[in-house]
Amino acid sequence: MILAPLSLAETQAIMVSLKVAGLATLGAMPLAFGLAFVLARRRFPGKSLADALVNLPLVLPPVVTGYLLLLAFGRNGFAGQALSALGISVLFRWTGAAIAAGVMALPLMVAPMRQALDSMDRRLEAAAATLGASRWRVFATITVPLILPGIIAAVVLGFAKAVGEFGATAIFVSSIPGETETLPLAINALLQVPGREASALRLAVLSIAIAFAALVGAQYWQRRAARHRT
Amino acid sequence: MKFDVDIRLRRGDFSRHIAFQSDAAVTALVGPSGIGKTSILLAIAGLVRPESGHIRVAGRTLFDAAAGIDMPPRDRGLGVVFQDGRLFPHLRVRANLGYAHRASPVAIDAMAERLGLSALLDRWPRNLSGGEARRVALGRALLAQPAALLLDEPLSNLDPARIAATLELLAEASHSLPLLQVTHVLAEAKALGATVVTVAGP
Repeated sequence: MILAPLSLAETQAIMVSLKVAGLATLGAMPLAFGLAFVLARRRFPGKSLADALVNLPLVLPPVVTGYLLLLAFGRNGFAGQALSALGISVLFRWTGAAIAAGVMALPLMVAPMRQALDSMDRRLEAAAATLGASRWRVFATITVPLILPGIIAAVVLGFAKAVGEFGATAIFVSSIPGETETLPLAINALLQVPGREASALRLAVLSIAIAFAALVGAQYWQRRAARHRT
Repeated sequence: MKFDVDIRLRRGDFSRHIAFQSDAAVTALVGPSGIGKTSILLAIAGLVRPESGHIRVAGRTLFDAAAGIDMPPRDRGLGVVFQDGRLFPHLRVRANLGYAHRASPVAIDAMAERLGLSALLDRWPRNLSGGEARRVALGRALLAQPAALLLDEPLSNLDPARIAATLELLAEASHSLPLLQVTHVLAEAKALGATVVTVAGP
């Protein structure tokens, strides 16, 4: 029944999803911030190319992204060889699922931070500099607090996207219950088996709850962060 | 020489030459609106880069194109009071006043007292009137213990009572450090007994 306690398999899928999405968001965040900063503030040759590359996972079929990841992290891929030298393999591991989710979430995390950087009043940074603040202090005490709503939006969008990622994850690390089988993969598996619709529906409701909680939480934190502005 | 400025500034399609020297306690750049007075102020503060020339304030060379000197704004030690205040919206008045590292809590309280801001220290900038915000901006700049104070239209949009109080403050500040004020109203410059530098059109 839909209200029955969660089965072990269902609990596993939730735990894997949270673990994968958590690591994906955490890992992608510094990269996304760096990219947002460089794309918003710097001019360099090949910038539009870099811009397009960041956004590529957004428009590419996820299956293609998963396949490219498989090539890169496979035994003969450049990333796979580098990692295997360190004794690490992400293939068929939840860490691999986090990589796939992180790559897919990256453009969604770059966009709100870049937009926040573009729209912030840079004259406030100049004012801080005239007060003797170092570049680092201006960044930490003016820039970051002022773009905080954008950073929060990036975390939430990235996390929600990572929880929902399906195609790239399925191709890259397959669907192994308890290891790489996230909520969407588990729902897909359940829908292939006759008589498991109730379980699929419960996981679907859970997915909705997680996404909803993330969005509501984001609104709250953004309001808090922007409370005293303008 | 307190201010020794001789620069070429690019504005849009043309560049213009600005040169003045002043050893007065208060120097005023006076000229009509939109003529680029603020750009001169920003260039002295290091926020706009001149094409050539030199800027010396209180005996220190801040910019010298020929010698390859271009000090970053944070090292120039100049207090800037922007026309729009530019208070940090995410910091309360106390934190705005104390943003410069050298400002101690005692100094902040004393400055707030002097500027009539003691009751406003826990306010957010968005809850300040224009005149209050201007005073916070002035206090914030003074608490950085600058070598000189640059003021962009310090009296504009203030009511008459506030103008008198602000003039008094600026006169007091001018005893301890040189002031450079930009204004389009000659009377405002006269009120501070400023040495007037007229900025003409291009």
